[in-house]
Amino acid sequence: MSNKINLKIDNIAVSIHEGATILEAARKVNIRIPTLCYHEDLCVAGNCRVCMVEQSGSDRLLPSCAMPVAEGMEIHTNSMKVRSARKQVIELLVSEHRADCTRCYKNGKCELQELSSEYIVGGNGFIDLVALKGYTIDNFSPSIIKDDSKCIRCQRCVRTCDQLQDISALTVAYKGEHMKVSSFYEKPMYEVVCTNCGQCVNRCPTGALTEKTYFDEVWSALNSESKHVVVQTAPAVRVALGEALGLPVGEIVTGRLVSALRRLGFDSVLDTDFTADLTIIEEGNELLQRLKRAVKDKDPNVKLPMTTSCSPGWVKFIEHAFPEYLPNVSTAKSPQQMFGALAKTFYANKIGIEASNMVSVSVMPCTAKKYEADRPEMRSSGYKDVDYVLTTRELALMIKQAGIDFASLPDDEYDSIMGESSGAAVIFGATGGVMEAALRTAYEVVTGREVPFEGLNIKPVRGMENIREANIIIENVLPEWDFLEGVELKTCVAHGLRNAKKVMEAVRDGKAEYHFIEIMACPGGCLGGGGQPIPTSAAIRQRRSEAIYEEDGLKPIRKSHENPEVMHIYETFLKEPLGKKSHELLHTHYTERNRY
Amino acid sequence: MKKKNLQRLDLIFKNEHDTELILRKTFARPNDDIINDLISSGLKGRGGAGFPTGLKWKLAAEAEEKDKYVICNADEGEPGTFKDREILSSVPHKVLAGMAVCGHIIGAKKGFIYLRSEYTFLKLPLLKTIEDFHLLLDQLEIDFRVEIFMGSGAYICGEESALFESMEGKRGEPRNKPPFPTDKGYRNRPTVINNVETLAHTYSILKYGADKFKDLGVQDSRGSKVFSVSGDTPTPGIYELEFGMSLQKFVDDFGDGDSKAVQVGGASGFCVPRKRFEKTVIGYQGKLRGTSLPTGGSMMIFNSSRSMYNVLHNYLDFFVEESCGQCTPCRVGTQQLLLGIQAVKKGEQPSLYLNKLLELAEAMRITAKCGLGQSVANSFSSIVENFKEEMIY
Repeated sequence: MSNKINLKIDNIAVSIHEGATILEAARKVNIRIPTLCYHEDLCVAGNCRVCMVEQSGSDRLLPSCAMPVAEGMEIHTNSMKVRSARKQVIELLVSEHRADCTRCYKNGKCELQELSSEYIVGGNGFIDLVALKGYTIDNFSPSIIKDDSKCIRCQRCVRTCDQLQDISALTVAYKGEHMKVSSFYEKPMYEVVCTNCGQCVNRCPTGALTEKTYFDEVWSALNSESKHVVVQTAPAVRVALGEALGLPVGEIVTGRLVSALRRLGFDSVLDTDFTADLTIIEEGNELLQRLKRAVKDKDPNVKLPMTTSCSPGWVKFIEHAFPEYLPNVSTAKSPQQMFGALAKTFYANKIGIEASNMVSVSVMPCTAKKYEADRPEMRSSGYKDVDYVLTTRELALMIKQAGIDFASLPDDEYDSIMGESSGAAVIFGATGGVMEAALRTAYEVVTGREVPFEGLNIKPVRGMENIREANIIIENVLPEWDFLEGVELKTCVAHGLRNAKKVMEAVRDGKAEYHFIEIMACPGGCLGGGGQPIPTSAAIRQRRSEAIYEEDGLKPIRKSHENPEVMHIYETFLKEPLGKKSHELLHTHYTERNRY
Repeated sequence: MKKKNLQRLDLIFKNEHDTELILRKTFARPNDDIINDLISSGLKGRGGAGFPTGLKWKLAAEAEEKDKYVICNADEGEPGTFKDREILSSVPHKVLAGMAVCGHIIGAKKGFIYLRSEYTFLKLPLLKTIEDFHLLLDQLEIDFRVEIFMGSGAYICGEESALFESMEGKRGEPRNKPPFPTDKGYRNRPTVINNVETLAHTYSILKYGADKFKDLGVQDSRGSKVFSVSGDTPTPGIYELEFGMSLQKFVDDFGDGDSKAVQVGGASGFCVPRKRFEKTVIGYQGKLRGTSLPTGGSMMIFNSSRSMYNVLHNYLDFFVEESCGQCTPCRVGTQQLLLGIQAVKKGEQPSLYLNKLLELAEAMRITAKCGLGQSVANSFSSIVENFKEEMIY
């Protein structure tokens, strides 16, 4: 990579490392070459042929995303030959795409639409192929809608599902005119091994893959006088929502988010961060109980390592892929579902509302949360605990629909009882955050002292490294935890299901020994979730991550067990961690699922 | 065949049972010597793309990697081409010898014959030949083994990088190039992939020498070529002919006296109308337009009873089905060309729409990912331009 290659692009001299592509070289000198199948998170496919450029002396055009630079190349990105070919390629794509733009959820956010607006101006197009193909829409899943009529076969979704997640729920089938992105045996998405993570949705350039939307149902609830609508907001929403509303990447918009939700008409604006803190208490205690049974009682039936359970994509993944490890998954529900169960019991009771008249809405960075809310076991309150799950994107759309100028909104604060949170809850939104939050509490429970990291920042579990390990030696413990004296607590953090699979295989094959594993299905954790604003990239996820840790640092309370509302709910309602009430409302079980 | 005009050859199909002799002689020579012979013979790939064979071997020999492979491309799927079948039926040992010599030169111990699934009937006899050949290699103390890999029926898998993907158990889809096979081929290792006929020709060169091979043919097209002759001809079949003949001569020999066009190189080749028979020379330098070369050896003769619209429709049906579907120009372009000529024929589109289709074909030629999409323009443009009235009325 040390050798520099010199070339000219549109007569501008560029010097770039050997192995770079023409596209990278062009970007270096701010020449924009349009792309479609290219995505920086994925391997190069070179199949859409939109990014073609001309090389002097060469008859055929070159795909700039796939072609490495060579010394002395003279590249033209905007010659007559290039423009004509590019226009035709885009016209071809449009001819196989249901250009239903005015009715499309992706209207204004579609990459094909954007390219068309630049290149297909006037003139006659090719014959419409969509009408000839008899497409059907797969909208059976509670999370993801697949509309093949809008698919332009760029295979970004296929590469996402394979490379990032190692699932391959989406794959290419058939050839020629019948070639399509398909699922196993072309079954609907809800029947195949799909974790609903929505990473494909994040990378689909058109409206072929979208989340199932529920904002119409939410509007109905908001406009119903008899309904009390509570809303909860996930940690990662507050560092990404701004992107979908014209604000810079990584801007923290917590206060404006609360304002906007009030303006939309939600009766109670509460915070998933509250139940994130609660999750730490329950899950942290569960971990300590498991350690106690393993180390002190020498109980052979106790399952370690324990894994987190807050990522519904991960939960469904392990149900499919490693069902023998389901007893290792923490029985603690995710913060969303703990919130839902408490909203229609504890909270409804507090504010004097019948649970039957309460509509519980969550705003999540996630598409799998829609599926999670639909699970039959998520009805602890006697009702559906969470009625509707909105993605960050759907909320942004609702804010636009309501005519709210988001940027200029004043900051506001969450309602109390289930609105207070610690910094430990905020970092749930980033990979490693649950681990850090759990350690902040568990270490203190056992030793009576704060975790031995400067500013409570447990740096070894932070970052974007695919799989991270951190070991903490537990010393000078309180008397009741004496059996843990000197024990080295071994932890592991992984994000993205490809990495999750690697960790689980290592555990299964006895190649890795851990006590506690945090896994998030999405790259970067929830901040890179399938319900977050589009586009996504490593740089964007990094900015969101920085915002999350910034928010943590600014919080007056940094540890879950110090959240006063959490203490209050234990005093007045739950009584004790892992107690009877917790068991009823805050814990769950898992289901083995097919591997195909 | 009693006619006399064309220079008939019998180099490839002549079987003198001299494999052991040739191989002993060859393995005793320095590698550079053999490669230089191949390069100076002027032998170019006989599968269609016409890449210089000696250079290909040289590049693979220079690649620094422990594992290398030799692959014989026997996925003969081009419509109107059936010469590889005959070569593998009657002189398979020549192909195997070519593979072994190639393996010896580049440092490969493993060779594969990627056999078209429709040629399953060839598998058993080939396996027998391979078994005998392995015994011979053992005698010669040459560490090289050949396996047969059966294709599954996709035309695109004749494209070398799609063939590798297919062998690796993946979808048969062409890869981005570079890297080229001599650098990263099968299993991302340096690979020489040659057409059946090319390998058989290397045997002739090893046997008769580069000079004798070079004496045949003209200019850039040296040696002989095996042609698959079909269509409106009283004498369909397989013929080894010297390069450099005019199409007029060919038609005089093989036509039925009423030939109006010859499709040279199969569905992905060019259609030459009668008025250009005299000027068209068959060979690499006889390219008619573009850079796709009609070297696969398919010669389909059409007489005046044939509708060129139907001929083109048939080719496009084939491409619409056999495109891998990966890249936009090929997947969508082939469908648009087919629907387009149908619409013009039915009067649903004006005849001017043909011009848009010709532009599309040209765009496909310069933007498609592999030879399939790039070469659709060959037949499309040459038929539409030369037989426009048949497309419209």
